[in-house]
Amino acid sequence: MTLSHSPSGSAGRRPRGAARQSRAGIAFVAAYVLLLIAFGILPTGYAVYFAFTDAGGTFTGFSNFVNTARDFRFMDAVGHVALYLLFWLVSLVVFVVALALLLHRLASGTMSKSLRFLFYIPGALAGAASVLVWLFMLDPTVSPVSSLLGMLGFHTFGEVIAPGNLPLLFTIIAFWTGAGGWIVVIYGALNNIPTDVMEAARIDGAGAWQTAWHIQIPMLRKWIVYMVILAFAGGAQLFVEPQLLSLASVGVAGRDYSLNQLTYDFAFQMNNINGAAAVSVELLVVSVSAAAVFVARSGFFDAD
Amino acid sequence: MTVNKPSSNPKRALSKKRAALLAGCAATVLLTVTACGGGSTAGTTTKDGFAQAPQKDGALTVWVDATRMEAAKLYQQLHPEVKLDIVSYDGNANGSNYLQTKVQLFNRTNKGWPDVVFSSQNNEASWAVDAGFAAPLNKGLIPESTLGQFAKGANDVCTVDGTVYCLRNDLSQAVLWYNAPLLKKFGYQVPATWEEYQKLGEKVAKKHPGYLVGDAGDSFTPEIYLWASKCGANDITGPKAVSVNTTSEACTKMAKLLDVLIKNKSMSISGVFSTDFGKNKADKILLMPGPAWFGGAVFKDTLKTPAGQIAAAPIPQWQGDNAPSTGNVGGGTWLLSKHSTHLKAATDFLKWVTTDNAYQGEKGPGFPAYAPAAETWLKGQDASGYFASDLSALSAASSQVWPGWGSGKFSQEAIWAATVKPGLTQGKSIVSMLPAWQDSIVKHAESNGYKVSQ
Repeated sequence: MTLSHSPSGSAGRRPRGAARQSRAGIAFVAAYVLLLIAFGILPTGYAVYFAFTDAGGTFTGFSNFVNTARDFRFMDAVGHVALYLLFWLVSLVVFVVALALLLHRLASGTMSKSLRFLFYIPGALAGAASVLVWLFMLDPTVSPVSSLLGMLGFHTFGEVIAPGNLPLLFTIIAFWTGAGGWIVVIYGALNNIPTDVMEAARIDGAGAWQTAWHIQIPMLRKWIVYMVILAFAGGAQLFVEPQLLSLASVGVAGRDYSLNQLTYDFAFQMNNINGAAAVSVELLVVSVSAAAVFVARSGFFDAD
Repeated sequence: MTVNKPSSNPKRALSKKRAALLAGCAATVLLTVTACGGGSTAGTTTKDGFAQAPQKDGALTVWVDATRMEAAKLYQQLHPEVKLDIVSYDGNANGSNYLQTKVQLFNRTNKGWPDVVFSSQNNEASWAVDAGFAAPLNKGLIPESTLGQFAKGANDVCTVDGTVYCLRNDLSQAVLWYNAPLLKKFGYQVPATWEEYQKLGEKVAKKHPGYLVGDAGDSFTPEIYLWASKCGANDITGPKAVSVNTTSEACTKMAKLLDVLIKNKSMSISGVFSTDFGKNKADKILLMPGPAWFGGAVFKDTLKTPAGQIAAAPIPQWQGDNAPSTGNVGGGTWLLSKHSTHLKAATDFLKWVTTDNAYQGEKGPGFPAYAPAAETWLKGQDASGYFASDLSALSAASSQVWPGWGSGKFSQEAIWAATVKPGLTQGKSIVSMLPAWQDSIVKHAESNGYKVSQ
């Protein structure tokens, strides 16, 4: 997926350059396709096979799907993931775009550079490590911001991780770890908006708000859609945050919270790999459908 | 900065999240392929009650948690001729199910099982037998004379249909721990009945606010209090059958007692291992009902209570109860793999680690399940001078664990933690949550394939 399409080379040199380019292109794509098959398509096919068979390999139709959906934790997990996705996607779109626009207005200079760096730092931590950072932040006994937690009325870890707070907590953690990378991407996309367009807007008397609302955001549409698709797929697979929280709280919060945790339980604690595969296929179908809707509605693949 | 470059970052972020899933799936593919290639059961001989793999030379693989690492190292030191491969893992602490997860994968690859493994949970037999992992021990591997010397009922959690599938490492019978000098200073007596215990708690709340007569904030709280009160929340009546009744008189009267003491704050709801407890309540303990291992693991190692303070008394009884009864919190088990190709060495290790005085009697951190080792252990504890009393209460309690609370495949601790603990934090009473607790136990039991009677 590329958005930058600055024509390379003049028309005269095109044939040789294009040939070399296409050979290089094939080589790059081939490596990717190999990995995609080995670690994407084959395992997916294998999961689909598992989802429709039993432990002995006999075709069972939809019974794995029905049985797992009847599990008493299933609907709860669906609700949890849905709520989390809502919080996570809304906060991602609103804050990432706002922060990227702000960053862009600051123009270049040290301020902008250091802010970009600052935004990106949390993303450099591996997923599990960043969750551990938050487990410390959220425990009033050891937190560096315990006075802030105290002002909000939280005095013990147990109060912080009350069930009602979880979607918000997971959103904050996910935003902290994931948003920085997106801010940098959207900032890059903003830089790609031709200067003559921006200049025209300025000459026409558009202020910062009007420029953002009528010029920049519409031109960022594809990037926002791209972000939402990937964030949706990632968010639907919520696992690390609740799993670590459940370990840290000795099972008080976060156990069997998300669908992915449920598949883990099915596979390894209830010895029901086929049921686990069924749930994972459902996740795949939901994510792919959501992506399809977004792509279709946004004209994602339309040439500019 | 071009637009292309940074876009590799979000992709990486995605692939990072997805990687876990994909890698898992891919690994399963590869593993299954190997399993299909290498899966042969030829050459087994049936002996000691199961089909044994052809025996080979080679290192004995032993999995232990950090605490039991000492045992494995001591064995190596005393038996330098044995080739030992010691692997450290989390010991399934807090029901992490690591061992079960791994065994499921090894069953697919048909190799990789450890020969002997320690688990800090005592419900391993409930899945390890079905998974074809645990070897029967009382069919020839371990002599009856050895098995007979374990404390009464110690290996019940390892027994399925009369066959013993694991050996108990230590017992975790609950007793009443107390701070002897502090109790004397305040002028209180050690309560013998739950009624006296409650009165004492009410007195402490008034006269010595801040001091504690117990803690009800751990996931094993029901195993200390409700088990001792003979609450029938977890009566495993058959290999796949459980009887659950959390609203009987035995349950509600204990729940009411806890509610009173939680409300007047003489009982904490933080949990003894929480950061809050360690920081704010460690020096406020007057009484503390808890399992045998509280002595070492909680008072000595976690809370750093100085020597000469902590003593143990029998857990209180309800007035009118004629037979003493107590609960039990965990107590590790050792399993031997059916797939072992070094059965002789594995059996020797297992026998040594569970019964030999060199480890269990002299070095064991908990109360040994093997009675002769327990005697040596008690003498050692007395000699160490850490405790303010002898620990005879522990040996008396070792045979008083109420047998009506079993070890199913589902974790009672996990259920309590997720169902009751959040409510406690919000100020709900335990009595009001008993029906929800029952509901949750029933659902978990059923989803694990248990037939539930209520």
